[in-house]
Amino acid sequence: MEPLIAFRDVARIYGSGEAEVRALDGVDLTINKGEFVAIMGPSGSGKSTSMNIIGCLDRPTSGKYLFQGTEVQDLDQDSRALLRRHYLGFVFQGFNLLARASALENVELPLIYKGIPKAERVARAKRALEKVGLAGRENHDPSQLSGGQQQRVAIARALAGDPMVILADEPTGNLDSHRGHEIMQLLQALNRDEGITIVMVTHEEDIAAYAQRLLVFTDGKLTRDEAVKGHS
Amino acid sequence: MLWETVTLAFITITRNKLRTFLTVLGVVIGVAAVIAMVTIGQGSSAQVSASVASLGSNVLTIRSGTRAFGPPGGGESAPKFTLKDADALADLPQIAYVAPIVTGGQTVVFGNANASTQIYGTSADYLKVQNWPLALGRGFEGTEETAGAAVCVLGQTVRTKLFGTSDPIDETVRVKNVACQVIGVLAAKGAGSFGQDQDDIVLMPIKTVQRRLEGNKDVASISVALRKSATSAQGIKAVQAVMRDRRHIGLTQADNFNVTDMKELSSMLSGVNAVLTGMLSSVAAVSLLVGGIGIMNIMLVSVTERTREIGIRLAVGASSGQVLTQFLVEAIVLSLMGGVIGILVGLGLAYGASVFMAIPFAPSGAVVAMAFGFSALVGVVFGYFPARRAARLDPIEALRHQ
Repeated sequence: MEPLIAFRDVARIYGSGEAEVRALDGVDLTINKGEFVAIMGPSGSGKSTSMNIIGCLDRPTSGKYLFQGTEVQDLDQDSRALLRRHYLGFVFQGFNLLARASALENVELPLIYKGIPKAERVARAKRALEKVGLAGRENHDPSQLSGGQQQRVAIARALAGDPMVILADEPTGNLDSHRGHEIMQLLQALNRDEGITIVMVTHEEDIAAYAQRLLVFTDGKLTRDEAVKGHS
Repeated sequence: MLWETVTLAFITITRNKLRTFLTVLGVVIGVAAVIAMVTIGQGSSAQVSASVASLGSNVLTIRSGTRAFGPPGGGESAPKFTLKDADALADLPQIAYVAPIVTGGQTVVFGNANASTQIYGTSADYLKVQNWPLALGRGFEGTEETAGAAVCVLGQTVRTKLFGTSDPIDETVRVKNVACQVIGVLAAKGAGSFGQDQDDIVLMPIKTVQRRLEGNKDVASISVALRKSATSAQGIKAVQAVMRDRRHIGLTQADNFNVTDMKELSSMLSGVNAVLTGMLSSVAAVSLLVGGIGIMNIMLVSVTERTREIGIRLAVGASSGQVLTQFLVEAIVLSLMGGVIGILVGLGLAYGASVFMAIPFAPSGAVVAMAFGFSALVGVVFGYFPARRAARLDPIEALRHQ
């Protein structure tokens, strides 16, 4: 089976000469459809950079990035926006919800850019909110919701566009451990029941334990790639 | 999609009402100023055209000196006219009516009321030359003119000041120290081409004014009405010939008087009017430009404030074109709001001015449409740069922005 995501000798270099920083330095990796992958590593190891490249927010300086077998490393900004729009969903540490829009409007946002008409959009956004357990809170503003609930709205937003991959960048980083585990159970369920591929950056072992596979980055290189205990 | 962008723009704009108000105010002032200037200008042009049309027969005005307007430059040395000059003009076949005129400011008193006004010493034909009907009473009669009788005809403004609505005929008013019987009241004429009140006037026989008010035999100017059969060129030529002869001007010498064709004067006035309107409108247009810069400024601030929002939109799949459209539409909505309010305020101002200045209120659909289009253009031009800045943001940087 063709891997969903494949890096071929990917490097990402910032600056040049003396000030050159090799955030990623020749990384090869493949992620298959339906996997739940956790990425760990100390700060500056390249885990966020690889997330940004997988999420088509950034481009590799050299090497190839294949998404469903297609080389996407050289796409321009608008083509990458299309990839994000149709295949990717994002969950951030800081939730990144629109502060002055209701939960429903936040979840509708990716559907607006997909050009889905208002009525269908609302229906789909409501369904997504139901899936994350926020039915009945459609009209709440983010400020009226707890951190855990805000992250659920963010997950619903990522989910609403029917993505193949959800990219979660430290999704529990701003939550207490109880809420954090709830969020992880939700992501795990989405992976298991909906078949959505999940790639998650974290620096907590017990959060990473929800994934099936663990990638560890050190100094811009992929240094460990192993199955998580309890999954095989 | 576009409609949703417009709705979104409205929602965003109404979030910060004070800021929106102040931003829009710049455009409001610009558009209102342009609309008011152009509308008032058109009104006063219409007024001038109307006053040209109201001159039934063609009227020439003959003044001493070489200048048609302003203080008589070189005219000090030029001899004044006399009543004999007027009589000589009356003999010309091209001329229908002659009105020699002396004017002076005086206070007119009746009982406790008084009015500062212009006294016109002239002949009974003045009313015919000016094509000016009477509202009440009669004009001067032959003997009153030749004898210099103490009679007067009041303009409407003076009549209202002294008598209110009661009948002034046969009452006696005092002009300086002359007791004067009111024999008639002029019909209201309204504001003149310069916006002056033409009804602020009292007519008296010219001899009365010369003898009892001015104490000399000078005639300041002579107005003549040409016969229908005569063109103004013919009339001017005939008047010049007579006056050169009477004033003993040699063949090589220049005229020491001038003849103005009132119709020509009026068309010149409308020309001046157009230039003035154009100038004031361009000054007003500059304030529209300033309003546009205000919009650009606030849109730039808005892009910076909403960097994170832009990052989120880009992350969920907005193209740079969609972000550009969003901010451009916001700027256009702002400037169009300003445009619409400005048009209403401008028309209101022009209406007020037309009432105050007694000129016709002449709103023009074309000008309103142009102002609307121009304010949309301001939005596009000044919104584009901030919108492009938003569209070019790097999503990673934008998401990190606090």
